[in-house]
Amino acid sequence: MDEGKRKDGGGRGGGPAGPEPVSPGLSRRSFLRGAAVAGLAAPELARAAEAAAGDPVRREHGVEVLGPGPVPVRLDVNGRVREVRVEPRVTLLDALRDRLGLTGAKRVCDRGTCGACTVLLEGRPVYACSLLAVQARGRRIETVESLGTPERLHPLQAAFVANDAQQCGFCTPGFVMAAKALVDRVPDPSVEQVHEALSGNFCRCGTYAGLRRAVAGAGQGGRDA
Amino acid sequence: MPEYAWPPAAERRLLGKRIARLDGPGKVTGTVKYTYDLQPEGMLHGRILHCPHAHARVRRLDVSRAEGMAGVRALRVIHPEGSEIRWAMDEVLYLAADSEQIAADALAAVVVEYEVLPHFVDAEDRDGAPETRDDEEEVVGDPAAALAGAAHRHVGEYGLPTVAHNCLEAHGQVCSWEGDELTAWCSTQAVSALPAQFAERLGVPAANVRVRTEVLGGGFGSKFSVDRWGIECAELARAAGRPVKLMLEREPELTIAGDRPSAYARVELAADAEGRLVGWSSESWGSGGLAGSGSPPLPYVFAVPDRRHRHVSVPTHVAGSRAWRAPNHPQACFITLAALEDLAAAAGLDPLELVRRNLHLTGRLERIYRDELEIADRLMGWSRRWRPRPARREVGRWADGPRRRGLGLSVHTWGGRGHRSNCALTLHPDGGVDVRIATQDLGTGTRTAVAIVAAETLGLPLAAVRVHLGDSRFPASGASGGSTTIGGVASSTRRAAQNLLEDLFRRVAPQLEAGADELEARDGRVGVAGDPDRSMPWKRAAALAGPSPLVATGANPGPGELTESGVGGVQMAEVTVDTETGVVRVEKMVAVQDCGLIVDLETAESQVYGGLIMGISTALAEEKVIDPVTGRMLNVDFESYKLAGIADVGELVVHMMTGPGYDDRGAIGLGEPPVISPGAAISNAVANALGVRVPYLPLTPDRVLAALEDAVRAPATAGGSGGSA
Repeated sequence: MDEGKRKDGGGRGGGPAGPEPVSPGLSRRSFLRGAAVAGLAAPELARAAEAAAGDPVRREHGVEVLGPGPVPVRLDVNGRVREVRVEPRVTLLDALRDRLGLTGAKRVCDRGTCGACTVLLEGRPVYACSLLAVQARGRRIETVESLGTPERLHPLQAAFVANDAQQCGFCTPGFVMAAKALVDRVPDPSVEQVHEALSGNFCRCGTYAGLRRAVAGAGQGGRDA
Repeated sequence: MPEYAWPPAAERRLLGKRIARLDGPGKVTGTVKYTYDLQPEGMLHGRILHCPHAHARVRRLDVSRAEGMAGVRALRVIHPEGSEIRWAMDEVLYLAADSEQIAADALAAVVVEYEVLPHFVDAEDRDGAPETRDDEEEVVGDPAAALAGAAHRHVGEYGLPTVAHNCLEAHGQVCSWEGDELTAWCSTQAVSALPAQFAERLGVPAANVRVRTEVLGGGFGSKFSVDRWGIECAELARAAGRPVKLMLEREPELTIAGDRPSAYARVELAADAEGRLVGWSSESWGSGGLAGSGSPPLPYVFAVPDRRHRHVSVPTHVAGSRAWRAPNHPQACFITLAALEDLAAAAGLDPLELVRRNLHLTGRLERIYRDELEIADRLMGWSRRWRPRPARREVGRWADGPRRRGLGLSVHTWGGRGHRSNCALTLHPDGGVDVRIATQDLGTGTRTAVAIVAAETLGLPLAAVRVHLGDSRFPASGASGGSTTIGGVASSTRRAAQNLLEDLFRRVAPQLEAGADELEARDGRVGVAGDPDRSMPWKRAAALAGPSPLVATGANPGPGELTESGVGGVQMAEVTVDTETGVVRVEKMVAVQDCGLIVDLETAESQVYGGLIMGISTALAEEKVIDPVTGRMLNVDFESYKLAGIADVGELVVHMMTGPGYDDRGAIGLGEPPVISPGAAISNAVANALGVRVPYLPLTPDRVLAALEDAVRAPATAGGSGGSA
């Protein structure tokens, strides 16, 4: 609702903007969807993909050209380097979810507005739906799976549980990662800092009261009454 | 047969205590798998081609290129050439492909041409509608005479638009066949009801269909049906011979998978010189798409002695409405409580006082409301801080700056009696307990509540009980709608656990040299009540029961009063309004809520917080904007379909009613009640702040500024009342 909080569209409201600048004149979305397939009509795609399959990464005029067929992409995820083969138009979110089985980050809006896909890139929160997997090569990616397990929760996750900061839970991993980025920077944030850091994420069930308590109280641990 | 009842308050170890939800750890770690997260071996991706027009005929449809593309495995046409489409985003065809990218390419390769037909989408304009459906007029007494002779009278028009459910996990499912047996993982609120819906339309026995829902990412009333996408997903999977996942994209999710009907009303009401309501007359209209809309229960809560109500349903070329939390109540509540507040202003009364003077019209909720109003008054500081509306002539001439502060209140009610439910308990020889129940946990805390009831009854710690739900092969339980789940599953689980104890006691009584009816289970032991020396550990009792597990079942409804119907709630809002920008800010909301016996205080409170927040969001921001020219919904993403964020909801104070008269009424549902009042309470607070009613929700800056401008321009009407319709 608050325009000021989400004015940067593909970036994260309140937090840092997207991971790298996008060419002027292109919206992030059209860039994402069109970059690797520009000028190709749909039926030509499959043929082009096949033709490119033998040489998916090449240099033309000194510029690295990927695809349009699947290309090998090495991703540094949660401290492990893992290789996936995806078309260059595949987002980081879909690569994480569909190729690496890391389904903590959720696909909800798929256009950089809801925060359910929040992961950390070099320690900063980003919308994984608004990055191509190939853009994340060689950069440190942390997903919610890098924190605790149900048996051994990270203190922040324990604070979420202790303060009932989740209902249906679909937005929760995104909130956890946005909150993680905050408490890594500011161990004992104020309510205002929590509001700012979590303004790029939506919850539909209405868990904001629990979220406030969980994150503003994360520095103390346990339930903040 | 045991005497089925809830334990007295003093004996409750777990019931009503603050217990963290059992599904929390799986959710905060991202390890629990939603339907959207599933990816069975060989899975295909389903996609839908949607029609962009609100009303059209398919003139030409050529799928040959799409069908011939490598990686496209199945394609099913819903609307062939010549067929009529009656709402935007209706489905033209479905297909399944090896990857989402191929599926998207295939959709782009479909050639479709439409003949665009005339449409009607603006339900507020009922005079322009091609068709309306009139409900029968309801009349009690002689409202015309009561209105004519009353001391205080108010006429106003009020309205709320359609809003979207906007579940974060889109509607959808994963379907997988083995022979003629289907397993469907569905994001559904109705695990037990879906197999029959699948079976009927797929032509297989219902027993061949298994529906599973471990968790779901929101429903809010929009996920009761198998829907066409469920059937088509199963058909694609059958045709391709591989599992298919099909989840809606956000635009169709907002456009066709969620819709709370609009409601507009012209209201006339009157009170006597003491402020007692004597007459009511209302005519409402609205739409939730082609099916029209239900009649809001007007007047809401207050059975005004002489009253009349008529509803006109206006069908539109919009996908059909779905139950949205507390169907028809938020509309009726806003219309009634706004009119009441306007009447109070006209009569020069504090609306809290007006409500109190009319509690005799609320039937058996009178005492509940009286208690709750007192608590809400204290938590908000209403009596100390409430001020009358500024006079009409003062509007726009603020002496103390452009920011105005106001207080508003509302009351609401809901039924919430427990639905039909079956529960099976298994006691293993090693003492382990499994609970099976084909219900679903929407995030409301159902799983936790079932565990609490079972553990409380069996005298075991919470961790000793394992709860299994979300599988249609378990004992059937009702759909999670209308706040009926907690009463249903708590009652069936309580009866099953009491039945299990009866069986267990009968088997171990001889060892304790006691009668079965002398035994009790508490603190992990089974023994003679009041005689700690004659008891044994739970595990030993379980072992004594025999080499194979004991199984007991329980049902709702059943003997004993474990659930009831009818709760009351009171909410108060404090707002500030910037009269220069029109921005309304909710500073604080107080919710005082009754729900009978609270099973888990923690998740019960969360339901109320959630209702408040969703209510604030709909009051301030939410509206499906449907373009009359194209017939399409315009705000089909989160940039333009506004939701409240964490910084938008102000301070929230929740008070749950407990004690005699409350938690001795059995478990009553809580999902609907707290979402009903926010629109009315916030709108009333804005009216109190401004001295003028903003008659429509949501309270967007443009509406606030328009109402202020109307007030400045129009000559003041008596007492500052009169809806500016």
